[in-house]
Amino acid sequence: MAATLSPPRILPSGDSAITVEFSRNIDDDANRRVLALDRTMARDAIAGVTETVPTYRSLLVHYDPVQIGFEELGEKLTALAQLPVPPTISTRRWCIPVSYGGEHGIDLEDVAKTLNTTPDDIVARHVAGDYRVAMIGFTPGWSYLSGLEDFLQMPRRQNPRLLTPAGTISIGGVQTGVQCLAGPSGWHLLGRTAVRTYQLHRDPIFLLEPGDAVMFSAVDAKTFAEQDRAAESGEIVAELMAS
Amino acid sequence: MSALVITAIGPASSVQDGGRFGAQRYGLVPSGAMDRLALAAANCLVGNALFAAAIEVGPLGTTFTAREGAVRVALAGAVRSVDIAKRPVAFDTSMTLADGESLNLGFARGGTFSYLAIEGGVQGEPMFGSLAVNARAGLGSPYPRPLQTGDKLQVAAASGAVERAIDFAAVTEGPIRVVMGPQDDEFGDATQLFLDSEWKISATSDRMGYRLEGPVIKHLHGHNIVSDGTVNGSIQVPGNGAPIVLMPDRGTSGGYPKIATVITADLGRFAQTPAGRAFRFKAISMAEAQVEARKFAELLRTLPDRVHDAQNSVLDIEALQSANVAGAAVNAFDARTWQIQVQD
Repeated sequence: MAATLSPPRILPSGDSAITVEFSRNIDDDANRRVLALDRTMARDAIAGVTETVPTYRSLLVHYDPVQIGFEELGEKLTALAQLPVPPTISTRRWCIPVSYGGEHGIDLEDVAKTLNTTPDDIVARHVAGDYRVAMIGFTPGWSYLSGLEDFLQMPRRQNPRLLTPAGTISIGGVQTGVQCLAGPSGWHLLGRTAVRTYQLHRDPIFLLEPGDAVMFSAVDAKTFAEQDRAAESGEIVAELMAS
Repeated sequence: MSALVITAIGPASSVQDGGRFGAQRYGLVPSGAMDRLALAAANCLVGNALFAAAIEVGPLGTTFTAREGAVRVALAGAVRSVDIAKRPVAFDTSMTLADGESLNLGFARGGTFSYLAIEGGVQGEPMFGSLAVNARAGLGSPYPRPLQTGDKLQVAAASGAVERAIDFAAVTEGPIRVVMGPQDDEFGDATQLFLDSEWKISATSDRMGYRLEGPVIKHLHGHNIVSDGTVNGSIQVPGNGAPIVLMPDRGTSGGYPKIATVITADLGRFAQTPAGRAFRFKAISMAEAQVEARKFAELLRTLPDRVHDAQNSVLDIEALQSANVAGAAVNAFDARTWQIQVQD
């Protein structure tokens, strides 16, 4: 029921953006409300809103203050945010192939040791997960997934690495992620995928949408190399499952 | 077609425009000019759209050479000495380089970025409607990276139009105005320390973020928050308590609390603040900030109205002299590049 939904916090992000905050924590219910509000605004555009950026717990709404003011937009967002949330945001489900361990997942052994189990068990658990794209951010295509099972949750590294490879699949805290471009990361690297979540001159340029369901499948290093060549030439490689 | 060859260039120089919007939800930042007002002023002078692609010139000296024909350009932003074959030329006016002539820019003084607009804009292949360089994402055209010596930009042949000047006094003094939030409640008394203190921009700053030097700003509940979205001007405070002001090449999301946000109207002025110069922040209300944002939008919209033929201008002489780029001994300019006759 709409009446049971608490109002979000309307926070100013300067003179041209509003942060609609549903929670201060990582919270699946809050993320569902973020994505629902994002979807609502995509369907029924508010004049003056230029862009929305969903994150785990908040929706950043960019607007043109010449067209709409902070107070008016804040009231509209508060009302929209309290509409009932549909149970499922997206019906798309992707299967992303991952080459786990070895040079592709240099932290797999250490993660297994820390969690008192075997690398195979870590892989089996990671592959068994049913994940959802909670947000995409930091660098193009970096997809943060919710749904990591409790057993695999561990603190981030004390010393973040300055460079981790493109396509890294990693875990950090309560999250797992698909990293597209090479870059810094403080997460634990389990494997690599050939899938490019961001690739110029491909249609679509961005593969995943916030709200998409994601699962992983394990492939060997040879398959990864083949898929990597295919992906380089513009193939999507990830499998779109029947919804 | 003509070409503009980069004969010599320092770091932090790249093709920039108004930026690319609409893909921040996929982690793609807008990028775009650090000082949008200066970009717009330079573009106006050569008849371009306000946010057409131009060359954002970093703080060091630079030389551009026209090839395969004449090229009409204009400079705005951080003032520096400028000459064409030792003939001094002015900021905030257009000028035409004959085939083979070079435009020499000295070090930036009292600012960081100058904008060289080229009549007809820069030829390139837009991605998401923009040529702006974002090196990390491999975006930008004609080169998806900062400019290097030897690069060659295809540009329109000079139209031969009468040179133009702009009456334009950018605000350069006063505190940098901010709206508090979105996470100022993470800081308690440190919020007052932030507003009461003098700050300097660290030399390690770049197009992603300006690091601030000043007192340590302590968090009430630790420095990790769950990532949320960022904007140009977000002032985030990482664990070491040294604030970072996020600039156009920022990450689209960040996991540090943001104490305040620089207002749109002051972003360019902040971007131009030289490393090491002391400045302060001033908090204003959301109502005031929105008034300022609308005034800034109006200033941009009406910028083309401030452009006029250069020979009718008296203000340009003053601008030239105050910029200290023309000595008193210079009393005649080449009519092709600078049309005012200055009397002794």
